[in-house]
Amino acid sequence: MKSPDFDYVKPTRLAQALSLLAEHEGEVQILAGGQSLLAMMNLRMSWPKLLVDITGLSELRTIALQGPSLRIGALVTHAQLLSSALVSTHVPLLFQSASHVAHLAIRNVGTIGGSLALADPAAEYPAVALCLNATLVLQGLHGERRVSAQNFFQGLYQTDLRAGELITAIEFASVQANEVQVFRELARRRGDYALVGMAMALRVKQGRIDGARLAFLAVGDQPVLALKTMQHLQGQVLRELALPACLAVLRSELIPKADLQAQSTTKAHWAGVLLSRALGAIGEGVA
Amino acid sequence: MSEHMMPVHFWVNGEAVNKPIPVRQHLVDFLREDLGLTGSHLGCEHGVCGACQVLVDGVLVRGCLSLAVSANGKTVQTIEGLSERAEFQQLQKAFLAHNAFQCGFCSSGMLLSAYSIVQDYPKATRTDIRELISGNYCRCTGYQSIVDAIEEVLIQNALHAPNPVDPS
Repeated sequence: MKSPDFDYVKPTRLAQALSLLAEHEGEVQILAGGQSLLAMMNLRMSWPKLLVDITGLSELRTIALQGPSLRIGALVTHAQLLSSALVSTHVPLLFQSASHVAHLAIRNVGTIGGSLALADPAAEYPAVALCLNATLVLQGLHGERRVSAQNFFQGLYQTDLRAGELITAIEFASVQANEVQVFRELARRRGDYALVGMAMALRVKQGRIDGARLAFLAVGDQPVLALKTMQHLQGQVLRELALPACLAVLRSELIPKADLQAQSTTKAHWAGVLLSRALGAIGEGVA
Repeated sequence: MSEHMMPVHFWVNGEAVNKPIPVRQHLVDFLREDLGLTGSHLGCEHGVCGACQVLVDGVLVRGCLSLAVSANGKTVQTIEGLSERAEFQQLQKAFLAHNAFQCGFCSSGMLLSAYSIVQDYPKATRTDIRELISGNYCRCTGYQSIVDAIEEVLIQNALHAPNPVDPS
């Protein structure tokens, strides 16, 4: 199928893009990589009257250390994340997750900002952002807002992004020396949308878990934190961790939503498999 | 209401294109319908099958998920242009030798992925090759022969590299 008719503008300055967004509120979409948007327009699930192509805003393409954080511009592509030493060193969780995003040609074009703005429940970056409680930097005509990932994702394709705003960057705290980050995902074919995925960050102090973050994707309308399992892990001696008890806690709190791919109980089982594998990998020191 | 049009200027296989085009037209429709370059195929038109792949500024992209107007000022290369290059012909010959063409529908997109692998992942293993072509559907399911063909070219290139790497 072909997209319906629309108008197209490619601004060269951020201010110009923001004016266009404000002026055409309700009938405008931002075109970044377009790897989801153009597909949805071809399928006629989305029909904006105007596309504002922001790919000319080169200031949104940078990855830079800013004090204790790594700031990643919204237009950074999946391929760029995968070839960035800054990303692999400072946010290994994001780096690991990017290799699960789509395929070669799509990774060359699709962007981190686009993925976060779309908030697909089976997408990797929203769960990674939630796990590390990253900060999204949103820009509108009237200024900048900084929103934590915990407050940004609000439901199925629903975010805190307001009309007239666009994501300019996302900031992740650099991984700590005593922190291990692991991303795991199950998909029918590498690069397909996840059946279930999991992002984990553990801090370890003298052999004990001192801070655990655990987020799952493709289990509901939005990525979720496994709060009870996080609490259960807190303070435990990593080497003596009893896996069955962890899995029981996870099972008690995580009730995945069934989708076209699998029923709830199957997804719950897979979530447990991912948690076992991730904890196993950390135990062997090969995360 | 008439369609929105926009004048564009870009290069396809080295030839300049200068004309107003409908903004909603995706790149492969433009290549096929306006320029008669029918080597890039349209399968799914939503980014799943990979038959439409082309290079824009040397980067592998899905032609169906690229607007033709977004190519403004850029360089587009299709299978027609690439087939003039010796390193591309090497892949075509390997595909032929391994019977990796079969019905041929996926071949142009598959060859473009193979070309990216040869350029950017010269040390790819069979497992890597499988993962790197995972975005291309072959509905004849001829994947085995396609992987064989790509692997053969990578091996040939490694053997003929100016400074061969010691395999041990």
